[in-house]
Amino acid sequence: MNRVVEHSEEAAAFLKDEKRAAWHDETLWFVRAKRDKAAHKVADWEELRETASQIKDHTLSNLDEYLIQFEKKAKENGIIVHWASDGNEHNQIVYDILTKNNVKHVVKSKSMLTEECQLNHFLHYKGMAVVDTDLGEYIVQLRHEQPSHIVLPAIHLKKEDVSKTFHEHLHTEKDNIDPTYLTRAARKVLREKFITADAAITGVNFAIAETGGFVICTNEGNADLGAHANKIHIACMGIEKIIPKAEHLGVFLRLLARSATGQPITTYSSHFHRPKEGQQMHIVLVDNGRTRQLGREEFRNSLKCIRCAACFNTCPVYRRSGGHSYHNSVAGPIGAILAPNLDMKANADLPFASTLCGSCTNVCPVKINIHEQLWSWRQILMKEGYGGFAKKSAMKTMAAVLSNSGLYRLSGKMGRRFMGWFPALINNKLNPWSKQRDMPAPPKQSFNEWYKNNRKNG
Amino acid sequence: MGSREKILQAIKQNKPAAVPLPQVPSFSRMTDDPLNTFVETLTSIGGHVVVNDFSQLKNFLVQQKKDGLQVINGVEELADYNIFAYKTYKAIDLESVDTVVIKGKIAVAENGSIWVTDSSISNRVLPFICERLIIVIDEANIVATMHEAYEKIKIDEEGYGVFIAGPSKTADIEQSLVIGAHGPLSLQVYIV
Repeated sequence: MNRVVEHSEEAAAFLKDEKRAAWHDETLWFVRAKRDKAAHKVADWEELRETASQIKDHTLSNLDEYLIQFEKKAKENGIIVHWASDGNEHNQIVYDILTKNNVKHVVKSKSMLTEECQLNHFLHYKGMAVVDTDLGEYIVQLRHEQPSHIVLPAIHLKKEDVSKTFHEHLHTEKDNIDPTYLTRAARKVLREKFITADAAITGVNFAIAETGGFVICTNEGNADLGAHANKIHIACMGIEKIIPKAEHLGVFLRLLARSATGQPITTYSSHFHRPKEGQQMHIVLVDNGRTRQLGREEFRNSLKCIRCAACFNTCPVYRRSGGHSYHNSVAGPIGAILAPNLDMKANADLPFASTLCGSCTNVCPVKINIHEQLWSWRQILMKEGYGGFAKKSAMKTMAAVLSNSGLYRLSGKMGRRFMGWFPALINNKLNPWSKQRDMPAPPKQSFNEWYKNNRKNG
Repeated sequence: MGSREKILQAIKQNKPAAVPLPQVPSFSRMTDDPLNTFVETLTSIGGHVVVNDFSQLKNFLVQQKKDGLQVINGVEELADYNIFAYKTYKAIDLESVDTVVIKGKIAVAENGSIWVTDSSISNRVLPFICERLIIVIDEANIVATMHEAYEKIKIDEEGYGVFIAGPSKTADIEQSLVIGAHGPLSLQVYIV
């Protein structure tokens, strides 16, 4: 076993609270349904996806040139550009900017990249106070947890949990679970943080090569409040966030929120090109394994991701296992193809956390072949010896059975008889398949047998 | 070799063969009546829209002031046009602002958003720190889709620009929609 706890074990723990797990499943499916409704309203949705996919393909094939163009334009705009090879360098760059400016208090809006680099831990260790200001992230930060979803960070929690956490930390009324009351309480505390901080850190949704600016999308207004209220704004982005032209924003902004939550657009789509008077604006361009993934032909497509999380919401495994079971900053199907690139050994279990049903691929706004990449990772992980003993032996058995037609027919026949005689031997605790489900009654004959009989009869 | 060179080098080595940049096709406008679609969409995402009734806005602002609430106004046609006096104010000094009135440049029917920039908001924090945001737009500046919007605007003409679609909101607590997160609690849009 590669990790102390694998996805399947975490998922089992998640499913112990049946009511909560069912709520999680249904709620995310509801978000998926909202996405469908929004997508169907757009006449050219499929053409929009295809265009977005092609723009990203093009950009990846010319990424170095676009980064150079972006850097040049951004510098002309008065933005200070930094480059970081990995997470550590990214964290050090941010830390150096902060210390150089005597910063003590930082407000941060949602950035999956800074989660990936574990910036909060790094700054905390260095004695700096970082407050996550996205409401969901603020909640999980107070609880010393990780976000469980890249768009809905606290989707694993119920109102009662938030009420308890806020009562403890913000002294809200005990057992008051009204979402408006709780949101207003956080608003009050966080407004104070916004206006008394020394610097703001944000993520980036899109960076535009031809204009040297970047776009941040939020519903809460927290990225803007932080960036505009402070003298220092540090925006952190993965190098794959580049798009060539301003007109491409039309394509991506039409897709992003509709795919994410079913909204026609996020409340704020903020375009930053030049710092305000007296402000420092920094941008940190981060590789952290992205150039390696670019070189893996089968997985290069994963760099097209715009982090909408549509693949999370539709995934039958994610919905029933929760984000924390993925032990990676980006969970869900897309996380499961990004994570092995970061650490193959530690994340070898993730590509197996899928039924390969392909729903993720169908909803992806930039047409990433997610389920095919999951399958490809499995091949590589098995070959590299990271598959784990159980999966290996099960796969070996399956491979042997499926590749020999005589043995396949025989084992099918035996299996059907065996299950009919001793169902409890299959539906038992030792068989992981039957943990959450019962096997259906076996059919009396195989399709092959049925076909032969019916052809004779016909 | 510095990180910049290392990253660019690695990209050069690993990137696939050149893929052509696609033309962005001319997508469907989705509406023959941008005004009504805009009103419908913005209303559905929590905005409050008033068409062709400037006097209602004037009366509202008079009442706000009577109630002792701080109003910052960026629309010349209204009384007390004072937004540029606040250009260099710090966020901490704007905390008690109740209402901010600004001009929007382009409104987008398909998603109910309005493009505003540095030159109309004076101080970037104003549209976010106020409790109530009011945007005045010209009916002639309503376009059908985001594609049309980006044809009309030059995103780097000013240092900052934002599409605002409704009041700030969140659903981070059990997916219950709450209007009024960190930014304004309400958005009123006057179309003139």
